[in-house]
Amino acid sequence: MTKIKTFADLTKMRNDLQQTQALVDMADSSESVIQIKVGMGTSGIASGAKAVMDFLIEALEKRNIEAIVTQTGDMGYSYAEPTIEVKKPGKEPVVFGYVNLLKADEIIEKYIKRSETVEGIIPVNYHTIDN
Amino acid sequence: MTKYKQIRIALNNCGVIDPENIEEYIARDGYMSLGKCLTEMTPQDVVKEIKDSGLRGRGGGGFPTGLKWEIASKNKADQKYVVCNADEGDPGAFMDRSVLEGDPHAVLEAMAICGYAIGASKGLVYIRAEYPLAIKRLKIAIDQAREFGLLGKNIFDKNFDFDVELRYGAGAFVCGEETSLIHSMEGLRGEPTIKPPFPAEKGYLDKPTNVNNVETFASIPIIIRKGASWFNKIGTEKSKGTKVFALAGKINNVGLIEVPMGTTLREVIFEIGGGIQGGKKFKAVQTGGPSGGCLTEKHLDTPIDFDNLIAAGSMMGSGGMIVMDEDNCMVSVAKFFLDFTVEESCGKCSPCRIGNKRLHELLERITKGQGTMDDLVRLRNMSNVIKDTSLCGLGQTSPNPVLSTLDNFYHEYVAHVKDHKCPAGECKDLMKYFIIADNCVGCTACARVCPVGAITGEKKEAHFINSETCIKCGACIERCKFDAIIIQ
Ligand SMILES: Cc1cc2nc3c(=O)[nH]c(=O)nc-3n(C[C@H](O)[C@H](O)[C@H](O)COP(=O)(O)O)c2cc1C
Ligand code: SF4
Repeated sequence: MTKIKTFADLTKMRNDLQQTQALVDMADSSESVIQIKVGMGTSGIASGAKAVMDFLIEALEKRNIEAIVTQTGDMGYSYAEPTIEVKKPGKEPVVFGYVNLLKADEIIEKYIKRSETVEGIIPVNYHTIDN
Repeated sequence: MTKYKQIRIALNNCGVIDPENIEEYIARDGYMSLGKCLTEMTPQDVVKEIKDSGLRGRGGGGFPTGLKWEIASKNKADQKYVVCNADEGDPGAFMDRSVLEGDPHAVLEAMAICGYAIGASKGLVYIRAEYPLAIKRLKIAIDQAREFGLLGKNIFDKNFDFDVELRYGAGAFVCGEETSLIHSMEGLRGEPTIKPPFPAEKGYLDKPTNVNNVETFASIPIIIRKGASWFNKIGTEKSKGTKVFALAGKINNVGLIEVPMGTTLREVIFEIGGGIQGGKKFKAVQTGGPSGGCLTEKHLDTPIDFDNLIAAGSMMGSGGMIVMDEDNCMVSVAKFFLDFTVEESCGKCSPCRIGNKRLHELLERITKGQGTMDDLVRLRNMSNVIKDTSLCGLGQTSPNPVLSTLDNFYHEYVAHVKDHKCPAGECKDLMKYFIIADNCVGCTACARVCPVGAITGEKKEAHFINSETCIKCGACIERCKFDAIIIQ
């Protein structure tokens, strides 16, 4: 069964997906959750991103922190691989570079748990198509 | 849009979505552009929109994409093909790989849009087998798009069929050239043929075929979504939009960037790229890979676009940027690229097959200090003949690194020939190891470590290196605690 038969189907699916995402992103909805993306292009993986992703998933679960960890493509910062993006509900996403296991641990303990700053933040340096 | 130097259009979703989850692509308006084309635009409207956007091919040549689509759309045939060129053979380039790994659906969506515009129902991605992750993600994307009804029969109930398959290349540079690529897909040897006929007339299986680069395709859905008049406000008069570059070499921030056409090299290298590694001095940057040339200090403020780079003696190419510092010998740089071309020449025509080999031999002689001033004249003459008489783009551009280093760094060539010196200190054959007698305490450490017994001297007396025997391995320098050994 094809899921999308008409343009209207696609538009509806997009709208639903965007609504769900907005709830996840918001500061205080029932769906709010921390989202972490791990840059898993070839250069990220070559620098150890897989191990970082596995560590994040395991460590967050052990420490009882609810979070969604997903993979994404190359963020462009080959010099600082592995890179991860952390988005806390209601906050702008933050990209960290040079994330080895030690750094990943520090990010969980300091930035995620206590909102303290952690070194290695790569500031936003580009416009998107919408701003 | 002035706060930052970069704008991400082709990289819009790259590093943002999970490339293996079509829903994340859809949530970011994915396939909406295809929907818009099929429901609100005629194929002619689509061609016109792309023409108006001013988009030019990102695979190297810079041919206007809308015009290419128009030609393919006007050629009548029972079957036409849309081909995505994902061969990416330049050393140091990884833009296309990153786009396919990070946002495969954008390329699929764009191919379907192209299919609608030119009247093709089949798409093929020609990708090198050395890109296993990109292949894996493309396969997942194709399966998901089929499952969702976004590829296949009667898409959006609009009587439009389109499907995509993969074709694998073995990683030959020449197979990125479009006629060669098509022959390779047909199971023939990956050798170019003379154009015309162009692929748009007679391409894959002799049917009209539209070949575009990965990044060209990745820009299409955004152009449809935001409109040609949004896109053509970005960039310079004749080069619209943005270009992705892969920064590599002696630069601090090695990585992928996307900047509006017209950004200067200085902005790219020193602002976005963070300058030269180890605080060394910038010497040159190679754009256009083995087909391009080097740009120097005096080009730093040139706005980067297709035409300016050609005027400066290089070319845009697909977007590799290899940065060189004061320690790079420019004769060796030219030789490095010639190494590559000699290896990658398909051998079909003699200027490229034999000429490049001879160029390489001349460069080899010069870097060994055995060249003559006549050789420099010969280099230039032969380069021009190869450019003028080669069959395909590979041979027609392969002498560019030689010509541009001759133009910009002639003094370095002369130093190798006349003084038998390599100013950058890179050519091993021209280096000599010396012991400064005043610094040497005669500890014999160097003589003991020398693998070929080139160092002699009595204990507690100054030692001496026999340059005839010395193989320049550098072991002695590492061992000497008194900085008594130098290279000249
Ligand atoms: C030796 C040689 C290698 C090439 N390699 C590539 C390549 O790797 N990727 C690519 O897109 N185009 C490559 N091209 C250019 C293609 O022939 C063709 O012009 C291009 O794919 C057209 O797409 P565009 O108009 O979107 O740039 C190469 C050309 C030559 C002569
Ligand atoms: S120019 Fe070189 S690569 Fe092109 S056809 Fe001739 S031999 Fe082959």
